[in-house]
Amino acid sequence: MLNLHKDHRNLVLIAFGVFVALSIGVAIIPAYQMQGYEPIPGQKDLTVSERKGLGIYISEGCVACHTQQVRNIEMDAVWGERPSLASDYYYSKQRMDIWRQSPSILGSERTGPDLTDIGNRQPSDQWHLIHLYDPRLVVEASIMPSYSWLFRKTDTIALKDDDITLPRDITGMEGSDILVAKEEALQLVAYLKSLQQFSFEDAPPTDFIPALPKKDRNNGTTTTSTKSIGASLFQNNCAACHQTTGRGVKGAFPPLAGSLIVNDKNPEMLIKIILMGYDARQEYGMMPALADNLTDEEIKAIIDHVRSSWGNSASKVPVETITRLRDSILNIQ
Amino acid sequence: MKINLLLFLQTAEVSSENWLSSPGVIGTIVLVFIVLFLGIFIFIKRLNRYVDLLEDNTKDLTEEEFERRLINLEKKEVDEILEIRQQGFKEIKRQEDSSEGASKYSGFIQKIIDPKNPLFDEKARSTKKIKISKELKQIIVWYLGAGIFWLVFGTLVGQYLGMKFIWPDMDKISWLSFGRLRPVHTNTVFWGWASLAMVGLGHYVVSRTSNREIFNYKWSKIAFWLINSSVFVGNIFLMAGINNGGGEYREYIWPVMALFAIGIIITFFNFYKTVATRKISEIYISNWFILASLIWTIVLAIIGYFPSYQDGLGETVIQGYYMHQGVGMWFMTFTLGLVYYFLPSALNKPIYSYSLGVLAFWTQMLFYTLIGTHHFVFSPLPWWLQTVAIVFSAGMFIPVFASTLNFLMTMRGSWNQISKSYVLPFFLVGVVFYFVGSVQGSFQAFRFTNYLWHFTDFNVAHSHMTMYGIITFLMWACIYALLPKITGKEPPQNLVGAHFWLAFIGLIAYMVSLMVGGTLKGLSWIEGNPFIESVILMENYWVWRAVGGSLMFISHIIFAYNFYLMVRNKKGVTLSGLPDRQARKQTLQTQSK
Repeated sequence: MLNLHKDHRNLVLIAFGVFVALSIGVAIIPAYQMQGYEPIPGQKDLTVSERKGLGIYISEGCVACHTQQVRNIEMDAVWGERPSLASDYYYSKQRMDIWRQSPSILGSERTGPDLTDIGNRQPSDQWHLIHLYDPRLVVEASIMPSYSWLFRKTDTIALKDDDITLPRDITGMEGSDILVAKEEALQLVAYLKSLQQFSFEDAPPTDFIPALPKKDRNNGTTTTSTKSIGASLFQNNCAACHQTTGRGVKGAFPPLAGSLIVNDKNPEMLIKIILMGYDARQEYGMMPALADNLTDEEIKAIIDHVRSSWGNSASKVPVETITRLRDSILNIQ
Repeated sequence: MKINLLLFLQTAEVSSENWLSSPGVIGTIVLVFIVLFLGIFIFIKRLNRYVDLLEDNTKDLTEEEFERRLINLEKKEVDEILEIRQQGFKEIKRQEDSSEGASKYSGFIQKIIDPKNPLFDEKARSTKKIKISKELKQIIVWYLGAGIFWLVFGTLVGQYLGMKFIWPDMDKISWLSFGRLRPVHTNTVFWGWASLAMVGLGHYVVSRTSNREIFNYKWSKIAFWLINSSVFVGNIFLMAGINNGGGEYREYIWPVMALFAIGIIITFFNFYKTVATRKISEIYISNWFILASLIWTIVLAIIGYFPSYQDGLGETVIQGYYMHQGVGMWFMTFTLGLVYYFLPSALNKPIYSYSLGVLAFWTQMLFYTLIGTHHFVFSPLPWWLQTVAIVFSAGMFIPVFASTLNFLMTMRGSWNQISKSYVLPFFLVGVVFYFVGSVQGSFQAFRFTNYLWHFTDFNVAHSHMTMYGIITFLMWACIYALLPKITGKEPPQNLVGAHFWLAFIGLIAYMVSLMVGGTLKGLSWIEGNPFIESVILMENYWVWRAVGGSLMFISHIIFAYNFYLMVRNKKGVTLSGLPDRQARKQTLQTQSK
């Protein structure tokens, strides 16, 4: 009837028709459905400068190495409190302009860390700027490109009041030169800091699918010593600034090795800094408050690790002290 | 039934303690070994021939002696031999039924024995020059030449990017930074190299199998310039930081991609009109694949760039569909069409089964279209879409088995071709990678393997297995099979061999290092180690990847030179380019030397 072997018209029409039908079913209809999702109540739109920052994020091709999706599997639990939802992308994934479509921020490759929640993990402007200028100044093993063209070199005398600068000594400036962040750098940092997973009251219970069966996982946790838990927590939460070696970054982030606060017999100051953050010293960047990110046990593991590493030798801290301080802070607030 | 079984296996094993026992992982290991065995097989075949050659060289002495004796024969002796021969001739005439010749000096050949020296037999170039019109030849050379330029450029960029993993501070120039350059590499080899080479070869196939000239050569030239300018302008935009949104293979903004799409539309009508006015009643199976891939790609480009359903995760659905179909409907389908013509024609025999080709065609369309979302397993996309993608990924076994079987059965009985030229080895590697790469891709869609490998460098290994191992190797096979026939010039076997082995070994190094590294990376993530450890552990694997990449790049330079040798206008370098008698004379001279 169709005589496909001899009738080229029928052959091409059928190949065309079936393909279009399948495409509508598997791409266009689901795409329309996904587009119909609404934002979570209370979720905020991007500000003007954050949106410009998103534009830079796309044009520099950051999506080639950084994902922005927390999958519902256990290994992704470190990147956010809950798996990503379609609504999370309501504001960020909109058509950019007439030339460029909605940005593909979900990504397909994780050469660098996931950025869904980077704004919570790393709220320090200073860290982001130094990291963009030269990632290896703050993360030694990083292979990220340095985005030095987002900064300009100028003379200290020519500085304006609202110029944001980088520390002179670690960036290797000579004479009276100093690095100033261009507007693009500030916009990109504003965008990165806006990347905070939106947490809401009636969020569905977080269930991340484990890679291995429950039985196996229990074995895993019992055999892991508290020491390595502390080291691992430190690596994930603190090492970006204070470095794995505990030496910090000169002129940006203070060292923990040999620090008086860390080694103090009375750990209360240290605990308070971790819970409430710290911005008392001009020469260093701001330390974010971590009370909401870490449990008392986790803070204890980190403190014990910090107080017994890199030549530090101070006593362990009881969990009760941390709980007591947390409560008293809550009372003040 | 098969699909059910596989799914059952898969769900049963997801909760296994040992990741190594997951069927996807085991399957992939088996597949990698298939490739390694293939390499060894081809190597031994070639080595065998080389050893034969060495032996032959020693035998040359006896032959030379024989020749000397012939030359030094006295007139009397010659007369005697002549007399014996004449006698033998008479004897044969007398007893015609007798199978035994009376005299062994009769001069008649009683039995053909294996030629002692393959130097004379096998190395004889059997290349028949095929007469084609000047216009067609020009178009093919244009398309292939431009394609090869983009291949060298694109892989140079790729090689540079690979080195940036080891030395991230190689440069601090904005337009050379990793994020901007990566899409330049992928888009150049996609829309520049592979697309131009495919369309160029497609011109020959469509014209030959329709037994007429291409409908309009002017259209071909317009399409040529459109596609090239799209790649050229697109790359400049990408380096300037102007891209469509970062979705893979959709990085060119729409005005640039429109140039490409118009080029494809023109090509489609050109080919369609040619097929429509063919002088043979049947449409050869290659034309099914070629016409369909053109029409599918036009649809794909329109759906991929049409704006009205691309906000929010709508864009992600389309991205999964588009990037998968870009490979499956454009490159894979078109290339299969080319192989259905060039493989049988290179071996000078018909394709094993026409019906299997038809089966592969329809299942390719049905299953490949449905599985795009397997690039987003565990993502916030609807679960039904992900399930459909996983199930039909297993369905992909059908077209893959059908075509692989068809090609291998066509090659059966011609294995000795491997030792004669490099055309068959290129085909064989491409076909085996077609099987291995596609099956591995389906395995990777399974839940546990996706858990382990997604987001790691394993993806990069997979995409090079397919776009390089399948498409590029098959493209080379077709080019080496076709060009000598239409230009009458062949590059030296040593150079083709160097191209083959550097590309093959380079690809193996590239693939294995990233597969091993990617697996370790995935395991490190599963264990919950700090992220930076997964960067540190990759360091050595990235070095090996760069080494493999360098070998591949060198092979492309050699290939470009081989191409130059095949198409240059200077005459008289290769024997087959010379008039027959002169060639024979020259052969005799070289032999007697």
